[in-house]
Order: sequence, then structure tokens, then C-alpha cells
Amino acid sequence: MNENLKNWEAVIGLEIHVQLSTKSKLFSGASTSFGALPNTQACNIDLAMPGVLPVLNEEVLNMAIKLGSALNANINSPTSFARKNYFYPDSPKGYQISQMDNPIVENGYLDIETEKGSKRIGVTRAHLEEDAGKSLHDDFEGQSGIDLNRAGTPLLEIVSEPEISSAEEAVAYLKSIHSIIRYLNISDGNMAEGSMRCDANVSVRRKGDPELGTRTETKNVNSFRFVEKAIQYEIERQVHEIESGNTITQETRLYDSQKNTTRPMRSKEFANDYRYFPEPDLLPIILEKEFIQNVLEGMPEMPNEKKERFVSQFSLSKYDADLLAADKDIANYFEEVVKISNSPKLSTNWIMGELSAELNNENLNISDSKVSSEKLGQLILRIEDGTISGKIAKDIFEKMWSSGKEVDEIIQGEGLEQVTDDKEIESMIDEVIANNPEQLEQYRSGKDRLFGFFVGQVMKASQGKANPKQVNDILKSKLEK
Amino acid sequence: MELHKLSLIEQLEGLKKNEFSSVELTSHYLKRISEHDEKLNSFITVTEEQALAQAKLADDRYKNKQSLALDGLPIAHKDIFCTKGIKTTCGSKMLSDFEAPYSSTVYTKLDDMGMVMLGKTNMDEFAMGSSNETSHFGPVCNPWNHEYVPGGSSGGSASSVSAELAPIATATDTGGSIRQPASLCGLTGIKPTYGRVSRYGMIAFASSLDQGGVVARSAEDAAIVLEGMSGHDSKDSTCLKLESPDLTSNLKSSIKGMKIGLPKEFFEKAMPAYVEKSIQEAIETYKSLGAEIVEVSLKNINLSLPIYYIIAPAECSANLSRYDGVRYGYRCENPKDLEDLFMRTREEGFGAEVKRRILIGTYALSAGFYDAYYLKAQKCRQLVANDFSDAFKTVDVILSPTTPGTAFKAGEKSDDPTEMYLQDIFTIPANLAGLPGISIPCGENAGLPLGMQLVGNSLEEDKLLQFAHSYQMNTEWHKQMPNI
Repeated sequence: MNENLKNWEAVIGLEIHVQLSTKSKLFSGASTSFGALPNTQACNIDLAMPGVLPVLNEEVLNMAIKLGSALNANINSPTSFARKNYFYPDSPKGYQISQMDNPIVENGYLDIETEKGSKRIGVTRAHLEEDAGKSLHDDFEGQSGIDLNRAGTPLLEIVSEPEISSAEEAVAYLKSIHSIIRYLNISDGNMAEGSMRCDANVSVRRKGDPELGTRTETKNVNSFRFVEKAIQYEIERQVHEIESGNTITQETRLYDSQKNTTRPMRSKEFANDYRYFPEPDLLPIILEKEFIQNVLEGMPEMPNEKKERFVSQFSLSKYDADLLAADKDIANYFEEVVKISNSPKLSTNWIMGELSAELNNENLNISDSKVSSEKLGQLILRIEDGTISGKIAKDIFEKMWSSGKEVDEIIQGEGLEQVTDDKEIESMIDEVIANNPEQLEQYRSGKDRLFGFFVGQVMKASQGKANPKQVNDILKSKLEK
Repeated sequence: MELHKLSLIEQLEGLKKNEFSSVELTSHYLKRISEHDEKLNSFITVTEEQALAQAKLADDRYKNKQSLALDGLPIAHKDIFCTKGIKTTCGSKMLSDFEAPYSSTVYTKLDDMGMVMLGKTNMDEFAMGSSNETSHFGPVCNPWNHEYVPGGSSGGSASSVSAELAPIATATDTGGSIRQPASLCGLTGIKPTYGRVSRYGMIAFASSLDQGGVVARSAEDAAIVLEGMSGHDSKDSTCLKLESPDLTSNLKSSIKGMKIGLPKEFFEKAMPAYVEKSIQEAIETYKSLGAEIVEVSLKNINLSLPIYYIIAPAECSANLSRYDGVRYGYRCENPKDLEDLFMRTREEGFGAEVKRRILIGTYALSAGFYDAYYLKAQKCRQLVANDFSDAFKTVDVILSPTTPGTAFKAGEKSDDPTEMYLQDIFTIPANLAGLPGISIPCGENAGLPLGMQLVGNSLEEDKLLQFAHSYQMNTEWHKQMPNI
């Protein structure tokens, strides 16, 4: 089947729901924090008590304007809300307040990096809406529980043009959006907790066919990896169906990460006429030019800008700069390390190497690193100034990670300073040579590769502390004698 | 002393001068309610205990010289205003046992001014009706003749004030629900400009049309309470960002030289002779007070009823979706599954008129019909509003009958919704345009009262009350009370 895929192309559009990190909800004062006991963060407005009215949390306007700017999009004024009508127990009003006409963000784009180079993906719109609550089907025998803590949490739904052509591109686009929202500090982007959710519209057509195929929508895929797998599965499934003489049904599908398949949702769950109409409880919002200007003045440096700066300021490769700049916290950590270490390249290697390994190992974010940027900077500085060797540094790093101690504290406490005194090294070398007369003879009779043996012995004798370059130089002259 | 014969303003004076206490005044009304309301059915809930407790506190404040603006004055609240810990039913089986966990802004404001709540008044279910016959708690009688309806949807408020079971009552008006029952019960009823009175805690029927107000025995009484209810509320995004207006200072000013517009479209149509006669007499009175009468044209006014019966049901179809049996209110017994829970709860919990409007609204918003109905209705609504703005360039107020006639008999129109909807033909335009309107008693026929309506320009409630007050200073219609 994979071979056949070459004759096909996929047309993909993503709808990304981003939970905005406001303290209170979109239309009420209730808290939005994650993980509270069910229904403890749902006020009268969230519960849709008779007679309650929505009042907009204006913080979301700032957030949406920043996103719009990062996506090179228009900010609509007036922007207005609409009611999207559907019955479901976790939708307390029986309608969701969303945006239909005049979404706050419209007509933008995003450049992503692919194997074939840079590609521009259009962003149709981004609109504000409230999240639903949760239905808990497993907690009560024969009944469903409703938790309305999440009901009314602000979301930005970012809708792309159907200009994505592969699962890899989809993930690159998604990661780019993720990076932007984290930079803007408008969402924590945590996919596992549902702060960022992705629905993928996928269709396929034979290469060169001007007609679009029938699309399916795959809902709520909750990691980058699953997005890639779900889209890939869906492309292959659709190609297989069509090549087997079947047709594609326009439907909503759910991704099953355990089986790595998608399956149709029951038609009842989505066959809806949403009967959108303007929300009469909220007046259209006029966004004055000065207001927008004020918000934009607070914009941080964006990932692409930062990448360019890293290349020019620190002479990093594009590859390294891209890796560091993709995550705001990593980029900040990096800059703090460089400030102390004065070595951009070594700092990059340490962050991407030892530090990343430890973080992954313990499943930590860089902001929760057990070795702070300041401490790592100090460690790298000690390598740069010759106090310790790179090899010793790795051991020290392990100790710093587990004990939380400063690098100098460990060096002094354990006497790990590099030995750079020529005489001291010479006497260690003399001792090694004296203890290995056989190897000396073999070396002198032409067995050059035994040089490494001697280096090893000297390093061992110095407990790794001897400066390797000095050891090399002195050893060479002694052995040649 | 017949305390209920005193105007609200006289009652306030009496309390201030310690001629009687709030407990005495409140008890007097509670006694009248227990004597007469079994027949009238104007109250759904009488809050005797709370009322006497509130009255006692008011009396204490008078004693301590710490009295509030409207301290100790009794009031009845339409059962559409949420009142914490007290049943708020909206006239529906759906909420027949519902105790709101919070209070509406209107209730809170009047409570903060010391007003004593006598109880919650009967109403058409979810404020949908013009006869108070759609209430789950039974129909309300017109105190002038018990075989006749009091109008609706604020029928309980109008009936209770007319029968002097309460000196004043809050009410709400979406298409005429304050003014029409005021007309049919011989009262002064005012609906202010849309956004004057907070809708927070006022159970929604049609959000862009609903507006709170009062039914009273005079413009003067209405003014002091409406002033207390009005003003900006940060909990209602559609509430105007304006302080409460001064409605009393200008009340007694002369209307000499001011202009009254008569919309020719209203007067071209045939109306019953007694209506025409009453309106003509009112016009003559105004002329004698120095007002100038001008003909105006509201050329799109004939579109009002169809516009209203698209927009109001459309908004109500969404506003009433929350009554699903999940979180509060009525829930059907032993639902089989989720769909059964939704369907039977709503089938059993809502009455016929509410269902009719939900169906009309759902249809009007459906894919393929939205442009033809809802969108077109919104555009036409703007045309009606424009007609009024044009007219107010030349006149101060616009005068017409409030209702096509006096009250009709119970049951007479309940099988014919379109005939019932015509009750609001004169009142609906003000809701569409968001303008203030007042109904004042101006005549009678066969022992039943009749009202005229004045519509004012946006935010000109003070002018409406000024016109109403000067009329009432020179006529006796508002002083007529039914013999119960």
C-alpha cells in the first residue's frame, strides 16, 4: 500500500483549540486552574442558572491580538460573539458562546520548515469561544457525571487553510503554533492536559486531480506524535478505501492511540445544525487602533526573530539556533547560560546533550531543571578556564544534578581541579613509564598505538584530573627520548 | 385608616413622620392578600415571614434615624426576578420548585433601598403571553371583572396593584408585557429604554428585547421606584454605562409648547369607537395643557409584529435550552437515556405557548432559513428604529392607544395565538427600537379600563413621566380603582 501512496496527495487542514491561560473564565469570575475537585470551579454563570449573563474577560482580547500579530493576520473591529446551539449535558446553556462572523483574527499565515524548505500555510481565522465541561462516563454505575470546572474556560480556535500536504507538515505547523503560544505566554500549550487540542481535516486525491476528495475530521488527538500517526493512518485508510472501490464518508472520527487507528463517532454525536446567531447578551466589541497598538508594544521577540538573532549574535548554526529558539524556556535558559559561560557553542552542546538527557530521563521541563542556568553556566565556565576537564565536568554535572550543589563546591570538596602543573604531570608520567617497561619497549620498537595506553594510565593515575593536552605533549617528548 | 388608599409617595411620607410603621403597612397588605388573592391568583409566592422581618428592620432604621431611600415601602416582584433562597418559578412547571442561589440586580437594588418584598407575582410562563393564561400556576383574574384577563405577561403584578394588594410591583416587558396589562388593569406601567435596568437575574425570554420596569398607580409612584431600579450594572454587558436617571425633579414641569406626535399608520386603521373617543379626549386634554399635536409617519411600523415573532422566538429558543433537567429544575421521571431525559423533561416541563415559540425560533434559525427570516427581521428592525429616530427629530413623545381595546374574557383568545399576538401591536415597536414607553389610564368601556401609550426618545423616561404626570394632575382616570 505504501508504494501506491506515491500516486496520491493529501489535503489537510488543522483546527487547533488553544486554552488561554487567563486566571478566570471567558465570561465569569470562576477560576480556570486545572485539577480541582469536580464542580468546585463552576459559578452561577458557568452553571447557566436562570437569569445569569456573560461578561467578557477582556484579558482574552490582548491575547488574541498578540496571536493575530504573530500570525501576520488582520484584527477585526468590530469583533462579535455568536451562539452555537446544541444540546449536551456538559454544555450547560445548551449553546456555546463562540464567534461566527467577524472573528477577532482573520487572514494570516505561518511559515514552517519542511524537508523541502520553507512553506507558507494560510491561517483562515482564529476565534474566541468557551470550552465545555466534561462528561465522566466511568465513575458512576449506569449514570454519567458532569464536571463543569472546565465549562467557560477561554479557547482560541485557530483554523488553517487546507494547505498542509503531509503528516510531517501538519506536525511542523502544530509545533510552530505551539511555540508561538508559549512565546506569547497566552497558553501553557500542554497537550496532555488538553490546553492544546487538535482536530485534523483530511482528504486525499490522485496527484494532479483538481477536484478535492471527501474529507473526514479526526478529533482531539492529544500529542504531536499522535497527530502525525492519526493523519498518516487516515491518509492511508482513505487511499486504501478508494483504491478498493469504496467511497469516503464525510464524518467525524476519533483516533485510538492504543490501536493506532481512527474510527467513526456515532453519527448522533455530531449531526447538528448549530443555528448560529449573534449573541444578544454581548455587544460587538470595537477595538480602537490605540488599544491594539498598546497591546502590540508588549509583544515579545518571536521564535523566528530569536533564531535569526542567535545565528548572528552567537554564530550558531541555523540548526542549533532553530532547536534552541523553538522553546521559549530553552531559549531563555540558553541565553542565561551563555551570559556566564561566554561560550555559545559549548553551552548549546551541554543543553542539547547532558541537560536534555537528564530532563527527558525524569520527564521534566527545563524550567523545572535541577541544575539552574546559572549553575550550568558556572560549570561550562570552569571547563573554559581550564579548571576542570570536559570528562570531569560530566561527573560533576551528575553530582550537581543529584545534590543541587554549586560546581565550585564540588570541585573544592572533592579536589577535582585539573592538574596543570607541568612538574606534577611529569612526575606522574615518569612513574607510569617506570611501572610499564614492557610497553615502553614495544612502543619504542614501533608499536605507536600504545601511546593511548600511556595516556590512559596517566589519566588514571591523576584520577582524570590531569590536563589532557599537557599529558599528551609531555608524554610524547618523554617516550621519544 | 385605609393605608392602601395612600399613594406610594404618601406612604413614604407617613413612614418618615412615624404616622404608621412599616410593620403596620406591610401587615395591612399581607392581610389584603390573604383576603382577596385566592380569587385573583395574582401571587405565586407570598413571603409573609421575610416581609415582616424586613419591615421590622426598616422600622428600626427609622427609629435610629438611619432610614434608606425607600425604607419600609412594600413591593411585589414579578416571579421572573431571581430572589435568593425564595422560589423563582417564571410561571413554569420547569422551575416550579426552583430556589435561585442568587438575587437579581433589580431585587438587590430595591432591597438595598429598604423596600419590603410582599411576594412573587404570577405571570405567563417565561413571560410568553398576553393574558396570564399560560402560567403553570393558573390564570390571574382582572380585578375589574373576574371573568376577564388582566393582560400579560406581567398579569400578576398588574392584578395585585390594581386590587391594591401591593402599592407597586416590578414587571418586565419584551413586547408589551408591562404596558398591556397596565392598560387592561387601569394602571401606569413604564418600560424604560433598553439597557436602563439591569437584566442580571431577570430570567431571559428574548435578550435583545427584555426590559424591567414597574406597574404603579401613578406616574409619580412609578418614578421613584424606577429611579431606584435603574443604573449601570457591570454584571449585564448590555446595561447602559449611565448612572440612574433623575426621574423626579422634572416631573412637575409644564409640557407647554412640547410636541406630541400621532403616527398616522396607527390612526388610519379602524379602532373601536370607545378607543377612538378615549384617545381623542386625551389629545384634547394635552392640547388644553399647551402641547402641540403633530402627525408623524412610522412607515415601517406595520412590519413590527412579524419582525417580533421572528426575533423573540429565535432568542427564546436558545435562552430556554438550559432547561434540560441536568442541573436544576424539573426532570422527567426515570429517563431511559440522555435523549429521553432531554426530550421528556422539556416536553413535560414546558407549556404549549413556550413550546410553540421555541419551535418557531428553532425553525427561523435553521440552516437554509436564517437569511430569509432572522437576518431579514434584524434588518427590518433597524428600519423601524430609523422611523422613530426620524419622528423624534420633530416631536417629544408619540401617542397611541396601548391596546386594541379593553380586557377580553378569559379563554376568548387562548385557542388563537395570532389573535392573541395582535394584543401587542401598539407596544412591540418600542421594544424593537429599544425605546421607553408608558401606558396611562385614559378611559373605560363597560366597566373595564383602557390605557394610552406614550413612547419617548431613547433615555427620555423623564419626559414620558412628565407627560404622564401632567395628564394625571388634570384627570381622574388613574384614581379609579376596582371594587374587589
